[in-house]
Amino acid sequence: MKIRLIEAAEVIRSKNSGPYELTLDLIFREGDLFQRVCQQKVFTPDLIASLYGINPQEVVDIIEFFPAKAIKINIRRPIPSGNFGETDVYGAQQHAPLLGLEFWIE
Amino acid sequence: MKEELRILSPTAILGYGFPVESFRRGMAKTPHIIAVDAGSTDPGPYYLGAGVSFTEYRAVKRDLGIIIPAALEARIPVIIGSAGGSGGHPHLEWTLEIIREISREKKLCFKLAAIEGEVDKNDIYQAWRDGKISNLSSVPELSGGDIGASVRIVAQMGVEPLQKALQTGADVIVAGRCYDPAVFAALPIQAGFQRGLAIHLGKILECAAIAATPGSGSDCLLGYLHRDDFVVEPLNPARKCTTLSVAAHTLYEKSNPYLLPGPGGILDLKDTKFEQLAEGRVRVCGSCFREDEIYRIKLEGVRLVGYRTVSIAGVRDPVMIGAIDEVIAGVKERVRDNFKQETFTYRLDFKVYGKNAVMGPLEPNPIAEGHELGVIIEAVADTQEIADTVCSFARSTMLHFGYPGRIATAGNLAFPYSPSDFHTGAVYGFSIYHLLEVGAPCRLFPVQLMDITPGYSNRKAFNPINPVNPV
Repeated sequence: MKIRLIEAAEVIRSKNSGPYELTLDLIFREGDLFQRVCQQKVFTPDLIASLYGINPQEVVDIIEFFPAKAIKINIRRPIPSGNFGETDVYGAQQHAPLLGLEFWIE
Repeated sequence: MKEELRILSPTAILGYGFPVESFRRGMAKTPHIIAVDAGSTDPGPYYLGAGVSFTEYRAVKRDLGIIIPAALEARIPVIIGSAGGSGGHPHLEWTLEIIREISREKKLCFKLAAIEGEVDKNDIYQAWRDGKISNLSSVPELSGGDIGASVRIVAQMGVEPLQKALQTGADVIVAGRCYDPAVFAALPIQAGFQRGLAIHLGKILECAAIAATPGSGSDCLLGYLHRDDFVVEPLNPARKCTTLSVAAHTLYEKSNPYLLPGPGGILDLKDTKFEQLAEGRVRVCGSCFREDEIYRIKLEGVRLVGYRTVSIAGVRDPVMIGAIDEVIAGVKERVRDNFKQETFTYRLDFKVYGKNAVMGPLEPNPIAEGHELGVIIEAVADTQEIADTVCSFARSTMLHFGYPGRIATAGNLAFPYSPSDFHTGAVYGFSIYHLLEVGAPCRLFPVQLMDITPGYSNRKAFNPINPVNPV
């Protein structure tokens, strides 16, 4: 079954987690689908790296958080918040590549 | 020991405001304390470096003008954490001045405690030499040069300095940089409640009604702490707490929602249970605190990077839009060539909205496809004058730059403003975001007491009428 993340998740957001990392939160609508997404390890460092055009090593953590039916992904900021070249001090608009994501689930 | 301790969180950040009706509903539940967090590193390094708040004086005065008189009348303490947003010395002073002004205007009489959160650079340098500073994930190793270059360093205090201030009988406690949940957890931990539950409750209350649905950073939330659980309750009938809204909030701005490190230990939420109660309340249990063998606190420091001038413009010409990358490369080269005899250094950046200005290197589709672009030309240099020179020169060069296929020869940029260029002033960058081992949790955070009386009119900073020795 092909899933569009934007339909499966009720929240897709990004924010700083401290000045050196960005954290991406995906909160799923439905517990059953969330469980399957976790079981089938849909979200991997390689997937996130390909969405953002970064090296998989820049993906620090991918954590499944069952109480909120959520997956949390932490990536290294290209530069620390507010350094020269900053584009998004709060990191609040870095989620967009996830909105177009589609994946297959059994 | 009390069976229940009630904590009122009026707003997510002091100065973000709250409906008075929600606050009154909260006071009607007879809370034991009002606590509010004023801080964040989210707005970036500028505010810590410049010593200014990211919230406005009048907005903070409005909030405190409601909170403090209500707390004094109810004879309960108020704790304000991370005063002035960044919690450095000038931020603390700024908040104390607001409180003094309110006290004069409302003729209030109370005992005020101020706790410094700014730390001495020499102390930090010594600690670094002694190997007492460690790294956080994704943060480069600290060098002596980073410490030396820092213009201001704060440390996030835990609950202990706040408890010390509470023990003096202070009515209002204003603290410099704090671990956000500490202002909520200090009193309950002192009263014997479980540390894990108190800190987890603090984690939720620190953002007030953001943990409710619909969420809001400018509305109140009440916490009821018991021996084996806690309950959170919104104070506006338009909002509800749901197990999902409360659990989801645990994710917010955190790296790992199960393990949340803080001063002296780690909050472990692996066994936490969220249970829906009637009337939009949520019950939480199972959260526990694991004490570290070594007490560590987080340091935040910033360095001065330079001074910034920006110019804002738009582009509507499709030929220019198609050539934008070549134009920018050409302008950068022209600026470099023009000033190559000068000894100054500068950094020049172009943000192209409509292409990749929002995501920069993370943008998967860095192509200008729209019918117009926004451009910000930014120069940062050691002085404002050099930044002005570089920005102005880049702007005029871009305005008249001849690119291949150019058909509009009068000017390449649409400026919405005259003047076209703006000083944004000093630019800071994070220099320290590391952990410091401390032997005693209170050592870096002296508590100072002062009696506020209606006749108090001394506007001078930090000069209490009746100073009491630091406790």
